[in-house]
Amino acid sequence: MSILIFVELDNGSIKKTSLEAVAYGAEIAKVKGTTATVLAIGNAETSELASAGAYGASKVLHANAAELATENAMAYASVLAAAVQQEGAEVVILPKSGLCDSMGARAAAKLGASIVSGVTELPDLTDGFKVKRSIYTGKAFATVAVKGAIKILGIKKNAIEAIAGSGSAEVVGFAPALGSGDFVAKVISQEKASGELSLTEADIVVSGGRGMKGPEHWQPLLDLAQSLGAATGCSKPVSDLDWRPHHEHIGQTGIKVAPNLYIACGISGAIQHLAGVNSSKVIVAINKDPEAPFFKAADYGIVGDVFDILPRLTKAVKESK
Amino acid sequence: MKILVCITNVPDTTAKISFTDNDTKFNKAGVQYIIGPYDDYALARAVELKEKLGGTITVLNVGEAESDPQIRKALAIGADDAIRVNCDPQDSYFTAAQIAAIAKEGGYDLILMGRESIDFNSGVVHSLVGEMLGIPSFSPVMKLDIEGSTAKFAREIEGGKENLEASLPLVLGCQEPIAEWKIPNMRGIMTARTKPLKVVEPVAVDELATLDKYTLPAPKGACKMIPADQAETLISLLKTEAKVL
Repeated sequence: MSILIFVELDNGSIKKTSLEAVAYGAEIAKVKGTTATVLAIGNAETSELASAGAYGASKVLHANAAELATENAMAYASVLAAAVQQEGAEVVILPKSGLCDSMGARAAAKLGASIVSGVTELPDLTDGFKVKRSIYTGKAFATVAVKGAIKILGIKKNAIEAIAGSGSAEVVGFAPALGSGDFVAKVISQEKASGELSLTEADIVVSGGRGMKGPEHWQPLLDLAQSLGAATGCSKPVSDLDWRPHHEHIGQTGIKVAPNLYIACGISGAIQHLAGVNSSKVIVAINKDPEAPFFKAADYGIVGDVFDILPRLTKAVKESK
Repeated sequence: MKILVCITNVPDTTAKISFTDNDTKFNKAGVQYIIGPYDDYALARAVELKEKLGGTITVLNVGEAESDPQIRKALAIGADDAIRVNCDPQDSYFTAAQIAAIAKEGGYDLILMGRESIDFNSGVVHSLVGEMLGIPSFSPVMKLDIEGSTAKFAREIEGGKENLEASLPLVLGCQEPIAEWKIPNMRGIMTARTKPLKVVEPVAVDELATLDKYTLPAPKGACKMIPADQAETLISLLKTEAKVL
């Protein structure tokens, strides 16, 4: 048996959450006395892929056919299933993301595998194979006994700390036969904000609510985010009002984030918003209303006017560097 | 146009989550149940497509009898008939296999559901169903139009969206802003009472994952309040105390 880990690439670099997935898979491999193999799909330099070795992978399968350059969950699922079969993998690790959930699921259906998404900790191997996963949008956890001969796990950000060691993985080409059935959709166009930090990958997120008073008042928030190297998000009312784009909406029905630091500016803290941020390590709430529910969910709070406080925080960040 | 809309019966988004029976069962006492918010978007778009193109909408729930009020609500919103697979689903693969079994019999052009359920948040059932049926699946879909036998739709991707075209049949996991939620009117509520709701027993599926127990997160410590006139100290606290900068 072996452990197979799928890594997502962003412009040829392995994403941080994917490195956590490698570390997670390598840890299981160590306990089971086997090896961890990585699967990467799309364009990337061999040296970048070999760096997965520093997180415990011994080998990287690189599928780089031209048809795979664009993200395609169905085709990626076929490649993943082929890799599982070639390697005889019994445990498959993917970072939790929209792409990985879709491709992991289609691979699971091809292989008759167990699939558990939203895993938050290393498995308990003392009595079978048990994992803890996030449920009720971060409001609780479930321990699940995973029973399939092949187990596919989608792991949440921060399930494990990825610490780079030394070591380099051997990179080998992987070119399974691709069926035309996986390429039936025609991509008409992509509209993508360029140069934006990914919300789900970011270590720091600065987010604004209706207390920001309008899209024209967003600059102080953007300035603070920039000084911190943070991604920016917003509450549902803000994206509903079109003050900010929909892909910034954080909450129960939007994006769920799990940064080390989440700074909420002028967001009251409705339970639906908190559901999208409750996996953050440290939460800061800034609101002029001392009764804002966010203060009950936050670690640090400031009662005051965001337009007074944000520029001062930006200045303090710059001075502390 | 035959549309199948799969709905979940889930605790309201504001529900307090707790467990009973030695943390092995969800505590339903005092909890209000709703149609899954993402499924509700899928249903709303299905109703709009039916108004435009004609056809029928079947609503499907994999769940126990307590789902019936939510199924009736979906019928009141505009579905024509309903099927409930009578069981307490605990695993995505199991749930998907039930949906696939119903879908195989029905021959639907379009299978819509939410991008994920808000109880288990797996976000995998649409893709499992697609693969089980051997048809394409896409998620999360935020815009959907049908022209002839072609679906023109947009999917949210990281930092933006992707516009796609594909031939029916398809399985789509939906999210806002695909449509506005619909509130049933009085006529809908009256007619929903007599619309057919068929209850079927589940097909057998290998046991691939089972729930062992539930846990709640550790309670959050008190929020440390920083006076507004000393806001700058937040940055040093984040550095030295919280160690996140």
